[in-house]
Amino acid sequence: MKRMGLFICHCGTNIADTVDVEKLAKKFESYPGIVFSTNYKYMCSHPGQALIADAIKEHDLDGVIVAACSPILHETTFRKLARQSGINPYQCEIANIREQCSWVHKDKEKATAKAEKIIKSIIEKTRLNEDLKPIEVDVTRKALVIGGGVAGIQAALDIADAGYPVLLVEKEPSIGGHMAQLSETFPTLDCSQCILTPKMVEAATHPNIELLAYSEVKSVDGYVGNFTVTIEEKATGIDWDICTGCGQCSEICPISVPSEFEKGLGNRPAIYTPFPQAVPNKPIIDSENCLEMKTGACGLCVRECEAEAINFNMEPTYREEEVGAIVVATGYELYPIMNLGEYGGGEIEDVIDGLAFERLLSSSGPTNGKIRRPSDGKLVKDIVFIQCAGSRDPEKHKPYCSRICCMYSTKQAMLYKHSVHDGQPYIFYIDIRSGGKGYEEFVERAQREDKVIYIRGKVSKLYRENGKVKIAGVDTIANKPIELEADLVVLAMAMIPTTGTEKLANVLKLQTDANGFLQETHPKLRPLESTTAGFYLAGCSQSPKDIPDTVSQASGAAAKVVGLFSGEYLQLEPTIATVDEELCSGCGICISVCPYSAREMDIGKGIAKVNEALCVGCGACVVACPSGATDQKNLTDEQISSMAKAILKGEKES
Amino acid sequence: MGKKLNIALYWGASCGGCEIAVLDTNEKILKLAEVADIVFWPVAMDTKYKDVEKMENGSIDITLYNGAIRSEENREMAELLRRKSKLLIAFGSCAVDGCIPGLGNLYKREEVLENAFKKTVTTDNPKGIIPEVIHGKRKLTLPELEPRVSTLQQVVPVDAFIPGCPPPTELIAKFIDIVASGEEIPKGANLAPDISVCDDCDRNPKEEKILPDIIRPHRLEKDNGECFLLQGVLCMGPVTRSGCKTRCINANFPCTGCMGPTSKVTDQGARFISAIGSIIGGKELDTDQEKMKEIIDKIDDPIGTFYMYTLASSIMGGKKWKD
Repeated sequence: MKRMGLFICHCGTNIADTVDVEKLAKKFESYPGIVFSTNYKYMCSHPGQALIADAIKEHDLDGVIVAACSPILHETTFRKLARQSGINPYQCEIANIREQCSWVHKDKEKATAKAEKIIKSIIEKTRLNEDLKPIEVDVTRKALVIGGGVAGIQAALDIADAGYPVLLVEKEPSIGGHMAQLSETFPTLDCSQCILTPKMVEAATHPNIELLAYSEVKSVDGYVGNFTVTIEEKATGIDWDICTGCGQCSEICPISVPSEFEKGLGNRPAIYTPFPQAVPNKPIIDSENCLEMKTGACGLCVRECEAEAINFNMEPTYREEEVGAIVVATGYELYPIMNLGEYGGGEIEDVIDGLAFERLLSSSGPTNGKIRRPSDGKLVKDIVFIQCAGSRDPEKHKPYCSRICCMYSTKQAMLYKHSVHDGQPYIFYIDIRSGGKGYEEFVERAQREDKVIYIRGKVSKLYRENGKVKIAGVDTIANKPIELEADLVVLAMAMIPTTGTEKLANVLKLQTDANGFLQETHPKLRPLESTTAGFYLAGCSQSPKDIPDTVSQASGAAAKVVGLFSGEYLQLEPTIATVDEELCSGCGICISVCPYSAREMDIGKGIAKVNEALCVGCGACVVACPSGATDQKNLTDEQISSMAKAILKGEKES
Repeated sequence: MGKKLNIALYWGASCGGCEIAVLDTNEKILKLAEVADIVFWPVAMDTKYKDVEKMENGSIDITLYNGAIRSEENREMAELLRRKSKLLIAFGSCAVDGCIPGLGNLYKREEVLENAFKKTVTTDNPKGIIPEVIHGKRKLTLPELEPRVSTLQQVVPVDAFIPGCPPPTELIAKFIDIVASGEEIPKGANLAPDISVCDDCDRNPKEEKILPDIIRPHRLEKDNGECFLLQGVLCMGPVTRSGCKTRCINANFPCTGCMGPTSKVTDQGARFISAIGSIIGGKELDTDQEKMKEIIDKIDDPIGTFYMYTLASSIMGGKKWKD
C-alpha cells in the first residue's frame, strides 16, 4: 500500500484567494492512501521544501503530491527534493490548481470543487506510478556543424575553444557564406570581409576544427549523443594537399562564365577560386563548363601547374563520422526576382537584388566598387531601393518580415552616396524597422548626413523606358501617386531558407515551419534546439536575422552542445512509450505516427520497438496502437482511466 | 474411464452459423462425443426447456451459448443455462460482442417492429398487424423484444469467450482438445490468441503503415497483393484478434473485425478510429485539413464499418435517446 503525502500550496494569494486550500487539506486527510495532508504559503520556498522533506521522513512516505502551480515551473524542483529525501523522483507529481484552476475561475466554491477533482486525479495517478530511472545514454564528444557561413564558423569556434573536436562541413568551395559577399555591415560600416576573414582563417586552422569544404552531409543515422554521419567530399578536380594556391591555372583558363559569387555581374574561369580571400584558398574545377572535361580539347591549366595537382578524373569520396551533436547553420537565400512579375520578373537587367548590389559596392567586386548599371556599365546617378519585395505579402509571396532589409537598404543607400556624391538615393518603404543597437541612430544619420529620401508607399510596377527603369509607386504621406525614373533599382528581396535546408531537413527528418525554416522547440524559451534531440539551430536556417543575432545564436547553440558534452552521461526522461512484445503484431501503424522518428520495426522479432533516446513520451503512438500493445510509463491506460473516474465520480449523466 | 461430461449448446438471437461451425469440425466432433454427452441442443435434438429446468443446478459441465440477447426468451434461457451449468461460454461474436443483431441498437424497438412488419417493400400486411404480447382477452406467451440488444455477459456472468462470426474451425477444434484433455479453462479466458490479425497476415510488410486514401473494396481497381490499408482499403485486421488463419484476407477481402478486439482494448470501433485517424494520408497530410476531410468523407457507413460486430459491447452500446 502506497503511503502518499499531499502538500497544497497557497502560492501567496494566487491560489488561496480562489481555492479554499485549508478546507481541502483537511478534507484529504481521510482520502484512501493519503497518510499526511497539509497546506503552506509557498511550497517552493526553502521552508516549504523543508516541510515536505520532514514529512517524507516522519511519515515514511513513498509518494508525494504537490498541489500548486504548473509542473513546467517546479516539477523539477520538487522531484529533486524527493530524490534528496530518498524517494524515487517519479513518485512525486504536481497537481496544477493554479494555471488550470485558481487563475481561470472566479467562483470560490466551484473553483475549490474543481481543485478537489484535480487533486484526486493526481493522487490516483501517483497511486499507480512505478519507480523509474532516467535513461542514461553515452555521448560521443565530437560536434558536426553543417554550414560554414558566419553562424557555422562562430558555433564551430566556440565549441572548439571549449576543448571539443568539431567537423565543419560546407557545400561551397569556400566558407564565409553570404557575409563574405557584403561590402560593409550596418550599423558600424565595418568592412565585412575584414571582420570575417580572421574568423574564417581561425576556423580553418584551429587545432580542434576539421574543415571539409566542398562537401555535403548525405545521411545521418542514430540519435542524440550517438550519430553516424555520412559525408560526401565532392570532386574538386584538384589535389588540395599539394596545390600551392598560386592561381596560375585560373589565369590561363580560356573559359569565362558568370560568377555565382558575383551574382552574375562578373565572370569567372572554369577552374577558379570563388573570391580572393577564400578559405580554403584552393581552386575547384567546374566540370559543367571545363573544356577539357567536356571535349578533351584543352588542358592548359595542367601545363601551368608546377605542383601537378590537377586530376580531371577525381571521384567524390565518402566518409563516415561518429558525432554527438549537430549544429544546422545552413543559412538563407534571397527569394528570386523572377517571382515578382510586376517588378520585371528578372527580365529587366537594371533591377537587381540586395546581394548583387553588395557586389557592385564592393571594392573587390566586378566593377571595382564603381556603381555601374549592369545593362551598359553607365555610372548610376539615380538609384531607387524598394523594401518588402516578396515579404509581408501573405496573399502571393511570403507572409513574414525579413528583418534585415530596412537596415541594409539604408546602409546601401548611404554607401552609394559615399561613392556617388552627386547621386540621389530613394527608398520606398512600408515601415522602417530599426530595433537593434545603434540601428535607429543609423537611420537618422542616413537622412541627416547622406540625404537619403524615404518614401512611404509601395511600388506597383517597374518597366523600361528610354534606357531607364520607370518606377510607378505611391507616396501615402503626401497622398498621391509618384513616378520616378532610375538608372538602377535594388529590390530588398525576401529572405528564404536555402534549398539545401529543405533537402537536409528531409534527410535528417527535422521539422520545418510553414515557411520552410527549421522549427525550434519553443520560439521563446528554446529557440536554438530543433524538435529532434541532438540537433541545434543557428543563424538564418531558423529564421531571418542580422549578423549580431546570428553570432549570438551560434554561440548559444555552441553552449548547448558543450552542455551536452560536459556530463558523464546524457540523462533522458524515462516517461516514455513501451511495447508489450507478446501483444504487438507488427502492424506498423505506430511507426508512421511518431513525430520524433523514435519507433522502428525490429525485423527479427517482427514487432515494433521504441528508441529510448529519441522518445519524448508524447503519447501519439499510444493513441494510435490498434491492439493496446503500446503504453506509456507512469501514464498508462489504466492510470488515465483511474484519473478520469476520480474526476467524473459523482457527476450525474446530463 | 471417467464419467462423461454433459455439454449443452443453445442459440439466442442468431443466424445458425455457429451451429454449422461446430459441425464443420468434421471428425473432430467425434473426439468430443468420446468424452461428452450433449444433453441439450435445439437445432439437433428434441430436448425441451422443461427437461433443462428439471436438471440439477451445475449438472451441465459446459454450455456453449451462441447468439445475442434480443428477446425475453433469449434472456430467460441465458439465466436458466447459467444456473444449470458449471461453465457458461459465450460462443460466437453474437454472444461475445452482440455482432450483427447488436446493430439493432441503432433503432428503438418500435422502429424495428414497424420496419420488419410494415415498411419493408416485400411485406404484405394490409391490416398492419404487429406481434403483441397480449392479444385479445388472453395473455399470449410470446417473448417480447427487449428495448436493446445485449451481449451474454451483460445479462449473466460468463466464464469464457470463443469469438468469431462464426468461430473459426481451428478455434473450436482447440476448444474440443482442451475439453477432451480435461485441462482447466481459466476464468474469463478468451480462447482466441491475444494478438491482432496483422501478426498472421501474409500481406503485412512489417513496415510503417499509412492510409493514403479510402476506397471501398469493390472499387479497388487492381489489388496488388499489398496490405489493404496501404492500398486505401479499410481493413479491421489491426484491431481484431487473430486465430482465423486470415481466411477472409486469403480470399482477397479485407478483415471486417468479427473476432473482436484484443484484451487491452475496450471499444474496438473507437480504437480503430484512433488508429486510422492517426495515419490518414501519412506525414504529407499532417496539416492539410481539407484533404484529410475529403478522404474521411469517403467512409460511407462508419458505424457499420467500425462497429459491425461490437456495437452492443462498445462503450456507448448503441444510440441513446432522451426518453
